[in-house]
Amino acid sequence: MDIFRGLKSFYWQDKPFLLGSVLGLAAATALGLVYPLLLRTLIDDMILKGKYEGVLQLALLAVGIVIVKAISQFVSGFSGSRLGNRLAYRMRNACYAKLQELSFSFYDTARTGDLMSRLTADIEGIRQFLGFGLAQLLNTVFLVLFGFGMMFFLDWKLTLLIVIIIPVLCFVAIRFEQQIHPVFRSIRSAVGRLTTSVQENVTGVRTVKSFAREPFEVDKFSVNNTEYSERNVEIAGVWARYFPAMEFIANFSVVLLTVVGGWRVIEGQMTLGDLVAMSSMLGIIVAPLWTLGFIINNYTMSKASGERLLELLNQPVAVRNEESCLILDDEAVKGHIRFDDVSFRYASREDQPSALAGFDLDAPQGSVIGILGGTGSGKSTAVGLLLRAYDVGEGSLTLDGVDIRHLELQSLRRQISIVFQESFLFSTTIKENISYGVPEATMEEIVEAAKLAMADDFIRELPQGYDTIVGERGMGLSGGQKQRIAIARAFLRNPKVLILDDSTSALDMETEQEIQQSLRQVMKGRTTFIIAHRISSLRHADEIIVLDRGRIAQRGKHEKLLRQPGLYRETYRIQFADRPEELDQAPLDAAAGAERRVTG
Amino acid sequence: MSRQFVYQDDELIAKPFNWTQMGRLLGYVRPYRKGVAKVVFVMTAFGMISRLAIPLLMSIAIDRAIRPKDGPGSVSLLLWLVAGMLFLYGLRWWAQHYTIHHTNVIGQKVIFDLRSALFKHIQSLSFRFFDKRPAGSVLVRVTNDVNSLQDMLSNGVVNSVIDIAQLTGITIILLALNFKLGLAVMITVPIMFVVSSSLRKRIRHAWQVVRIKQSRINAHLNESIQGMRVTQAFAQEKENMSFFDGMNKSNIRSWNRASALNQTFGPVIEVTSAIGTLILILYGSYLIQSGIMTVGVLVAFVSYVGSFWEPITRLGMMYSQVLISMSSTERIFEFMDEKPAVPEKENAQRMPDIRGDVRLENITFGYELDRPALKGIDLDVKAGMSVALVGHTGSGKSTIINLLCRFYDTIEGRVMVDGIDVRDVTLESLRSQIGIVLQDTFIFSGTIRDNIRYGRPDATDAEVEAAARSVRAHDFIMHLPDGYDTEVQERGNALSVGQRQLISFARALLADPKILILDEATASIDTETELRIQEALGTLLEGRTSFIVAHRLSTIRNADRIIVLDHGVIVEEGNHEELMKRPGHYRNLVDAQYRFLSA
Repeated sequence: MDIFRGLKSFYWQDKPFLLGSVLGLAAATALGLVYPLLLRTLIDDMILKGKYEGVLQLALLAVGIVIVKAISQFVSGFSGSRLGNRLAYRMRNACYAKLQELSFSFYDTARTGDLMSRLTADIEGIRQFLGFGLAQLLNTVFLVLFGFGMMFFLDWKLTLLIVIIIPVLCFVAIRFEQQIHPVFRSIRSAVGRLTTSVQENVTGVRTVKSFAREPFEVDKFSVNNTEYSERNVEIAGVWARYFPAMEFIANFSVVLLTVVGGWRVIEGQMTLGDLVAMSSMLGIIVAPLWTLGFIINNYTMSKASGERLLELLNQPVAVRNEESCLILDDEAVKGHIRFDDVSFRYASREDQPSALAGFDLDAPQGSVIGILGGTGSGKSTAVGLLLRAYDVGEGSLTLDGVDIRHLELQSLRRQISIVFQESFLFSTTIKENISYGVPEATMEEIVEAAKLAMADDFIRELPQGYDTIVGERGMGLSGGQKQRIAIARAFLRNPKVLILDDSTSALDMETEQEIQQSLRQVMKGRTTFIIAHRISSLRHADEIIVLDRGRIAQRGKHEKLLRQPGLYRETYRIQFADRPEELDQAPLDAAAGAERRVTG
Repeated sequence: MSRQFVYQDDELIAKPFNWTQMGRLLGYVRPYRKGVAKVVFVMTAFGMISRLAIPLLMSIAIDRAIRPKDGPGSVSLLLWLVAGMLFLYGLRWWAQHYTIHHTNVIGQKVIFDLRSALFKHIQSLSFRFFDKRPAGSVLVRVTNDVNSLQDMLSNGVVNSVIDIAQLTGITIILLALNFKLGLAVMITVPIMFVVSSSLRKRIRHAWQVVRIKQSRINAHLNESIQGMRVTQAFAQEKENMSFFDGMNKSNIRSWNRASALNQTFGPVIEVTSAIGTLILILYGSYLIQSGIMTVGVLVAFVSYVGSFWEPITRLGMMYSQVLISMSSTERIFEFMDEKPAVPEKENAQRMPDIRGDVRLENITFGYELDRPALKGIDLDVKAGMSVALVGHTGSGKSTIINLLCRFYDTIEGRVMVDGIDVRDVTLESLRSQIGIVLQDTFIFSGTIRDNIRYGRPDATDAEVEAAARSVRAHDFIMHLPDGYDTEVQERGNALSVGQRQLISFARALLADPKILILDEATASIDTETELRIQEALGTLLEGRTSFIVAHRLSTIRNADRIIVLDHGVIVEEGNHEELMKRPGHYRNLVDAQYRFLSA
């Protein structure tokens, strides 16, 4: 019950609904038990005695009871579903808010599918239990107490005999739950695998088709399909074993009642009406007991769901605001960035060397910093720290002289615009995608940003222009087109610090050059970080930093780096080997020679 | 209204009942008709008969054994009757076990067949099919839409038959026990029918609204989790929360409406059936009073009428479900009716081992009929040659490659490999000899090794490693936690773009194709890796005809032949030196890059 105590804040303010759902159901059940009593009166006191004058009143009373019962039933169901719905609403909002708060390091290891199922299936599990299961569980308990109480009152000896079926039914119900629970879980994971296999197949269709691997894909799918099918048959097997058995036990109790009760009627120890009423009551009592197994299962599953939700809600947030954090005044920010002996290691890769070590950098307002380096050299890590996607391990990182850990997170990020390596577009119009983060932007500003990012032309050629819906369910765009929209998005924000993380890789040469031209305009007065593989993008930086396995290997301006042996010069040779005149003679000869060696 | 995010809805509104679709769907049950017949027989013969006979036995027990009109009760008769009941209950136990088990086995087989057929069919479809559909909508067909038919095809078919039989049985018994009372009680049936079907229609509609809203929430959740980094970088958390709150509220409102309606159903049915009870009590006691009927019959009536509403309600629910399933059925068959845009000829031969001569003859092609992507392309490539394709986005570079792999068919002209028209051979034999590295590499969940082996499943571990070494992927792979056996998930998110690309190079190399295509394959690779790839490229291209689409001069320059495309037409052709000698597109392109550098 700890789990439900932990979730109390989500449902406790709806106590009236909880009460309504339980009491309504109890009332409906109690009234259901009255019906057999009426039947008894009809047989014993009217028909058998030949006094028919009260039949009409009795019949109307029966109808009246049915109506009241129906109303209580509705009250119970209505309250239960309101309770469940409100609970689901609050929990979903809380989880969503938590997701917004969790840091990049959480998302580095989290799986989308897993988070999705917490926010959907797990919340649904809790809704089902607190909305309906709990009331049913309590109702079953009431019903058994009530029903047997009344039967006891009618004929206690007979009742004592019948009561023995209760532990038997409970035992069977618990066994059922124990067997069905693991199967439910295996179905859940089978569904997951089936979905993943189709999803991968469809998103990777180009790869599948280009390797002509359709038959293999069909086989792979078939394995998952069979697995899913078998699990379903398995669950039906458990169901087939238990459900008829439970029904038999329940029926057996009625038969037992009939034979013993019938004998007692023959002996004159009991009236016929009592017997009919008791057997009718017994039928009402045992009905919910069949479903006891399901209710217990519902409870254990929702307990597990609650655990997963609490785990998410209590997840520690790696990067958070300090208590007395500073909110930046947007106008006053200059954009002077300083890295002072910064080191960082990813929490998820503790066994590996630091992602960044002893990183020093001074980027005054308006300067352009270029970063070059291989995969895993720490380029993206450096800009991630600047964004406070992660907090620095050692050393300090300051904006205008203030350690960014003292700044309010959102106000820091408002100063920075970043274009990520993999451009992500939301499912909305291109216009909304560009103005993401600047809701007050005018259409002119949006078009202006798109023009600077060389996106205006292709956007206008789309069927709905700027109103074309993109994203997963929208119009398919090429990698280069997506990148240009992401660049326009960053330009529009008018930030103090601009970060381009390898954001022009998918563009063709001409477009890239055009964007470089606009960049010069956009970069004016802003501190800019450019991570790139192309010398043409880095060439004009005030300082170029070459990273190698987390450490600064070389730094300086283009001309200086060209004179030093190292990655920068190597890259230059590969990319510009045919333009020797531009270089001064010394490194040039070596370059030409190296080029011939490389290309054969 | 805010357009912060837009999610297009899948159509979910119930379709009218359609016999053709239903017939087609039931066609999947046909192979199992014997099994269905057996289950129905068992359930009606044993399960149902016991259910119908027991109240009868009970009424005999009351009238003859417990409380006979004439003389004392008989314990021995009671014991006999009770033994009979116990026997029938036992029979019912067995019959139910049999029914539940076999119904589900059959239902699962039908669903399995349907899903397999659908998936297989989708595999046979061409790029055109996938071009116009987001991946999610295809996924939904194969999973959700098929699943939604599961219950209808397993329990639905069998239960409907059984329910109809049971209803008929009860009706006959009621009328036989006492014709007038039976008829009187059944007056409520039409009332019940009208009330429940109108209510159910509204409930169905309300739940559909819930489902639409729910799928919108799911779409948003999925997207916002994947785009969380962007959201946080742009400090849009609060905006997202208020958007989500609106979405969540509207979802809950629809839930409230649907569940409130849903909760009225049971009570309304109960009140309606109370009319039947009223008639039963009044008319029944009148009949007893008049000596026409016995108490036992009345008790039996109470019991039968009680089990009369159950099949009616269930049949109504079933009908509702059928209507809801109609739209799923329609969507499934819509896919099944799609014809592959690139069909294989009936007498298609296997492509013999490719040497590598490629000829494009006067090719015209367009993705949409009115917008040609290629116009009159002629190209002759000798085996072993490397060809670079250069041009703007949309100039037709990738289209040439798509036609070469026969992902699409030309509108005019033909593609010849070693003098054989690609339309004359089987797709599998053609594509398995062509290797392609795409810009956006797809990594399947599984080990790194499996991913490299994708194009040649029988490759040995040593071969996998050799391929990885020659594209310089070995080092980073060995740095992963489990080396080649590292499991990658969610499209290889844990790997960098460049690392994924190296795996894709290794994959293409291992498949040992005669024709190799690099479609912007080095765009996302970092400089250091690119250096290595440049070295490896020699090995990679040796003895193969290769087509390279690239933006980087470094990759293009070494090609034997450079083709410059503009708006679907070849505007220049030659090697780097030749093209640099004369003014033109290519030289402008190269010059611009250098000019920019020195500016």
